[in-house]
Amino acid sequence: MEQAGKRPRVNLAVEITGLTLQNPVMPASGTFGFGEEYAPFIDLNRLGALVVKTITLHPTPGNPPPRLMEGHCGLLNSVGLQNPGLEIFLREKLPYLRRYTPPLIVSIAGRTTEEYAELAARLSEAEGIAALEVNISCPNVKEGGIVFGTVPAMAARVTAIVKEHTHLPVIVKLTPNVTDITTIARAVEDAGAGAIALINTLQGMAIDIERRRPALANIVGGLSGPAIKPVALYAVWRVARAVKVPVIGMGGIMTARDAIEFLLAGATAVAVGTATLVDPGAITKIIAGLENYLTEQGLADVRELIGALQI
Amino acid sequence: MKLLLQDLEAEVLASHQLGQDVYLLRLHAPLIAEAAQPGQFVHVRCSETFDPLLRRPLSIHDAGNEGELTLLYQVKGRGTAWLARQQSGQKINILGPRGRGFTLPQNKRLALVAGGMGMVPLLFLARRALEAGNEVDFFYGARDREQLYQLETLKAMQVNLFLATDDGSAGFQGPVTKLWEKYIPERSYDRGYACGPRPALAAFACLAGRASLPAEVSLEERMACGLGACRGCVTALQDPSGNKYYENVCTGGPVFDAVAVYWED
Repeated sequence: MEQAGKRPRVNLAVEITGLTLQNPVMPASGTFGFGEEYAPFIDLNRLGALVVKTITLHPTPGNPPPRLMEGHCGLLNSVGLQNPGLEIFLREKLPYLRRYTPPLIVSIAGRTTEEYAELAARLSEAEGIAALEVNISCPNVKEGGIVFGTVPAMAARVTAIVKEHTHLPVIVKLTPNVTDITTIARAVEDAGAGAIALINTLQGMAIDIERRRPALANIVGGLSGPAIKPVALYAVWRVARAVKVPVIGMGGIMTARDAIEFLLAGATAVAVGTATLVDPGAITKIIAGLENYLTEQGLADVRELIGALQI
Repeated sequence: MKLLLQDLEAEVLASHQLGQDVYLLRLHAPLIAEAAQPGQFVHVRCSETFDPLLRRPLSIHDAGNEGELTLLYQVKGRGTAWLARQQSGQKINILGPRGRGFTLPQNKRLALVAGGMGMVPLLFLARRALEAGNEVDFFYGARDREQLYQLETLKAMQVNLFLATDDGSAGFQGPVTKLWEKYIPERSYDRGYACGPRPALAAFACLAGRASLPAEVSLEERMACGLGACRGCVTALQDPSGNKYYENVCTGGPVFDAVAVYWED
């Protein structure tokens, strides 16, 4: 009972498309495995939500190695949605994840709209899932993925089909690799998205000049980490003003200061990805830092920060 | 209340430069040193900022008494260059020990085949293997005499040491696997181990396969989390039917059965 009664506890809880999160900080899909990898390092019950790696209908082998290349303040990856598929997720991963109290958000990706529909339907029958995150933004797969996320009508169609096949709240995760992200955001909002997550990685490449070959076997990859934070922040700021549904902001959030910037820009919650790869305790440190900031600023409720940017 | 692993701050005891870009780092890290098994690695934060960004996976070179952990590494980029600048008394953030290490038998005859910096985890394996009553033939190859590190330590360890260099400046002239090949028939090994450049490992696996010798190799791959979460550091393996699949090097390895590795890539 640390300092109970000495200072008023701030309220960190936020609400997103019917889900109550005890705090607005969650892992970014793809960087947190199925949670169990991080359980030895942090108490998963302290997270705002649990977000697992994207699940596809069938097992996906992923791209050949090398899959990673580090640049200045950034990480290029071409994992390619490697995952064990829906059946193994339901049988082997979900029972473990059900032990934890934060809402469980399952990320899904399909090669076709039918696959998105089937994933949505099957996951909705399972117990212990709080929401679906529709990944229409993975840059590292040839079929599906980003293809659905770059054309407003396609993005809307995937969103609508998922909505038809689930009673769960639907979060749609957008790619920044488009001409105007607000157009895509409005399209998925109109199609029934309960929240919008952004941004997924920026497409990029790196070249090994000794071998004169691409550094990644897949040639191109997705850039994450501190290098993309200004881009992500700008996208969140624009989308938050363009839509009515809550925005989950992500992209290069390494510290509590970064998270606060996203909240001020209009995000209702934030997701932490690359930081967790560097420091397994990054998310819990960001939650603690956010609480400290609120206390120092004399704010009682984290919601006072959301969209509070003054221009 | 479950005990959760915290960040481990290890104190630098000493950092010695052994060659042009090669450093031996002695750390005080009792929890890691006590738990370490040969073949495992530690994930080292090589920056005080986020540039360089990721941790660096470094094989455990030795883990000894009084909580001492030894790392031997080559400076390859900005991360390891940062590490080389750290001096005694400074603290370094490390996670570990991580990964799957070598199988350690007792009272057997073992062949350890090291190519270049592949010697790093094999010295630790040799020490533990000798303690477990094994006979150890240690084959060590490098480009030239100057790049054969830790020879005095190896000589003091009661291993049977066989050297090879590309230019013939020490020991056999040619690849270390060629040297090892000569001894396979007469030495009737129970198990083989290798670490080094991938072509050398493929040659080792081929020779071990021909001799029906159980063999393990330690692989290297660019790594991000080091915990099995990001699926970034995979290597191609093959199942018994020859089907290719990807496995994390950080958690499925870095040590793999030589027959399980898909060498064609």
